[in-house]
Amino acid sequence: MLEISVIGLGLVLMLADLFVPAERRRFIGYAAIAALGVLLVTSLSGNGSCGQFGTAFGGMFINDALSLFFKQLFIVAAILVLFMAAEFSDKLAEGSVAEYYSLILFALAGMLFAASSNDFTMLFVSIELITITFYVLVSFQRSKLQSLEAGVKYLILGALSSSFMVFGIALIWGTTGELNFTKLAAVAPQFADSQIFLLGVLLVLVGLGFKIAAFPFQIWAPDVYQGAPTPTTAFLAIGSKAAGFVLLLRVLFTAVPSVTHSHTFANLLIVISGITILYGNLCAIPQRNLKRLLGYSSIAHAGYLLLGVAALSASGQSALLYYLAGYVFTVMAGFFVITLVMRHLATEDISGLAGLNQRSPLLAATLTLAMVSLAGIPPLAGFFGKFLLFKAVIEAAQTTHNHGYYCLVFTALIGVVISLYYYFGVIRAIYWSKDPADLSPIELSSPAKLSIWACLAGIFWIGLFPNTVLNMTNLAAAALGK
Amino acid sequence: MSILTYILGWPLLAALLLVFVPRNYRVIIRAIAVLATLISAVLAVKMFCQFVPAANGFQFEQQIPWVESLGISYHVGVDGLNVGLILMGAIVAFAAALCSWEIQTREKEFYILLLVMTGGILGAFASLDLFFFYFLHELALVPTFIMIGVWGRGEKKNYATFQITLYLSIGALIALIGLIALYLQSGANTFDIPKIIEHAKTNPLAVNAQNFIFPLLLFGFGILVSLWPFHSWAPLGYGVAPSPTAMLHAGVLKKFGLYGLIRIALPLLPQAAQSWAHVIAWLCVGNILYVGWVAMRQKDLNLLIGNSSVAHMGFIFLGIASLNLIGVTGAVLIMIAHGFLAALTFALSGYIYKQTGTLQISELGGLCRKLPFIGTALLMAAMAGCGLPGFANFVGEATVFFGAWKMFPTITVIALWGALVIGGVYMTRAIRNILHGPLPEKWNSLADANLWRKLPYALLLVSLLVFGFLPKLLTEKINPDAQKIVAMAMNQGSTAATAVVVSAPLTTSVLADGASAKAPEAGALPANFVAQNK
Repeated sequence: MLEISVIGLGLVLMLADLFVPAERRRFIGYAAIAALGVLLVTSLSGNGSCGQFGTAFGGMFINDALSLFFKQLFIVAAILVLFMAAEFSDKLAEGSVAEYYSLILFALAGMLFAASSNDFTMLFVSIELITITFYVLVSFQRSKLQSLEAGVKYLILGALSSSFMVFGIALIWGTTGELNFTKLAAVAPQFADSQIFLLGVLLVLVGLGFKIAAFPFQIWAPDVYQGAPTPTTAFLAIGSKAAGFVLLLRVLFTAVPSVTHSHTFANLLIVISGITILYGNLCAIPQRNLKRLLGYSSIAHAGYLLLGVAALSASGQSALLYYLAGYVFTVMAGFFVITLVMRHLATEDISGLAGLNQRSPLLAATLTLAMVSLAGIPPLAGFFGKFLLFKAVIEAAQTTHNHGYYCLVFTALIGVVISLYYYFGVIRAIYWSKDPADLSPIELSSPAKLSIWACLAGIFWIGLFPNTVLNMTNLAAAALGK
Repeated sequence: MSILTYILGWPLLAALLLVFVPRNYRVIIRAIAVLATLISAVLAVKMFCQFVPAANGFQFEQQIPWVESLGISYHVGVDGLNVGLILMGAIVAFAAALCSWEIQTREKEFYILLLVMTGGILGAFASLDLFFFYFLHELALVPTFIMIGVWGRGEKKNYATFQITLYLSIGALIALIGLIALYLQSGANTFDIPKIIEHAKTNPLAVNAQNFIFPLLLFGFGILVSLWPFHSWAPLGYGVAPSPTAMLHAGVLKKFGLYGLIRIALPLLPQAAQSWAHVIAWLCVGNILYVGWVAMRQKDLNLLIGNSSVAHMGFIFLGIASLNLIGVTGAVLIMIAHGFLAALTFALSGYIYKQTGTLQISELGGLCRKLPFIGTALLMAAMAGCGLPGFANFVGEATVFFGAWKMFPTITVIALWGALVIGGVYMTRAIRNILHGPLPEKWNSLADANLWRKLPYALLLVSLLVFGFLPKLLTEKINPDAQKIVAMAMNQGSTAATAVVVSAPLTTSVLADGASAKAPEAGALPANFVAQNK
């Protein structure tokens, strides 16, 4: 099974650390990348266990089109993060690179489990596996105060949200006596009036809201994004967020659809999504630290993704998945450039980008395209994703006659326009900032170049040839059911 | 492969090619850009000549499915409404590429953006698919922002860049929401415009849905076209933009919103169009009168041209609002004429700026002595802008006034006054102050354009004159298809039934009477008038 291979790979990496001489540790990462590549190819070709759809462990573990989609997404993200970590390795503490790699793989295993979880126990275990590895990953630069501070913040808030979630799960179990999503769906309608049951569902959503950094549980994101080592930030922005979304989809549409498809609940999602978009975009405007800016922008993007959830329809779910697929490559491209450019700087201030187009045209173009794609401008990935999300929400507005959806779509529109301002601010820093201090060219290793080209190809592919990915997301959304 | 695909494909292909040309090969970069736009201009002329007027349906069609599950396909084709616009766009793009000699820094990036803009806008006009229609427009719009930000001039560059970016993005996104809502509401489950229209003939959209979507399209497109009171981005943006960008944007790109209203909003949302027609008509008074007055007060030539170009948009809106054959035909005519005119005036002001380093009218004077060709061209452009017979603008404006008279006599009177008096005042005043009078000593060293550089100005002037004297070339193509649009916009309505759906020969004879009564010596306007002369 995919998960077991990944965990095994993580353990092997830790062991390999003992036997490989220090100067060749970088290659451990490349070995791990190669192994993950093999796993990705098997999962894509439909061979092996993940091609067979079904459930295991008494229905706790489910393999369907949705889990397959997310697993592929997670593995792609992990491969890119490992490349990034290899570039970043000289900034990590002496001799701890292999440990960093294996922690990434353990987090990946948690995400793979999350993609397949069909039971609240499984949900909690996978979330904890992800979160606990991230506590370590965030504070991995032990000598850097900011990194430790970020780790502590993430730990405290993460633990708090986990406890909410456990409490919620306990309440659900206490009222219904079921933990399995499928079985719960069958009995949930009987408890539609039970306040305790609804409170339980809400508390679970609090825990998941923390993972995806949705308002009002977004407060940790900018600090942690800023303080954490850049590869961790990238993985947090994609892996952790996507894991939160797959669990959110499962809980809302598989476990408690009777609660989800109500007018009040739709309005709740509309409000959360709208405020998240506005909060993230407005707070990003004054930011000067690039990672912090992306932290706020990731909050805004959680809001956009929530549009797809709020639409409460198959097309909304499909749009969400599509947007996530584009988001992976875009954000990875952005963080890759940050890793490479800011390697030797103390802070990640935007002014550090000055003169980048002369230092390395490839990196300048990559970061520009990433920003443009995040802003949602054609022909890049972000545009088609936003187009699908808007379409899903307007569709919901027309079918349900809930005017809240129209307000939501206009809120999102305002958010997009605000975001143009700060994304273009970054582009301006690259191309026409005054008297850059440092004009030395940036050396790129060939693996770094390879992964940057891969990200760029992904951004264009998803933007220009939507058919393949759209078919995958449609299948995945169909697997989820209403 | 349709000829349209080549027309929009060559510039995009050349843009891709330029990415791989080293940046110090300046001559080659420029040659590729000029050649690509020349090819697409020549192809556009060829297409325009081969176009069969009054043929049924679209010509030069091509359709390639893109996203089947959503019904999106790459679908291009022309009818009478867009054939002239594509011709105008391709010629203006060629002229803009020729005028780009004024760009001296980062030429490679500039030409890439210029070519992307060209391909995008020609594609948007050719597109018969709602998604590509929007997508290609956005592709053309974004380079505008970058070009103004990087190559713009003056102290207000940054402010103007952000203003135009945010303003136009809001407009484009509002229009996008309107288009998506239209797609979903139509129930045809396709983005293909002819199919949606066909579907809507049997299943018209509900009136309340129309009344919701129409304002989205009107104000979304209206922002893009600088409909009063959403016009404030335009003068400043054009004042700051490098002249090739201003030429393409003011001349071609801005017509996208108007074209969208005619192509999409009128036939699909007829009831809403009828109930909103009065609103549009009154807003366009804002354009014509208010912005005209603002233009009179300008001290900078580019701001004056920018304001006057906003004012001209008012006539087009008036033509659309009149919702009859003559008005809509006139609107399309002005769109084409104004495209040439705006490109010409911005190109000329760009030349003057390059030579003198200022566009403050008070600092200029007597330039006609030193720049006889440029001065004469500017004079002719100004006359065309006031609606002098003989230029294509006169044809369009006169047609619009005839069309609008039936619906809005009061507004037509105001608009006529705005066009003739206000336009005349600021144009002649600018001409007097810039071209005539004493020549300040510091301008003694100015040099007129050489033969090669005269080419774009001459090309645009010739186009204005050709369509001014032979409007039949356009009207015979526009009329039958405008007829279809108007029939769709009117057939379900009762409120505005006073506007008659006139048949094509009747229209031209009405115009002939009017035009010969008004300007008999001009010999300008009507198709059968020209025919009689032959």
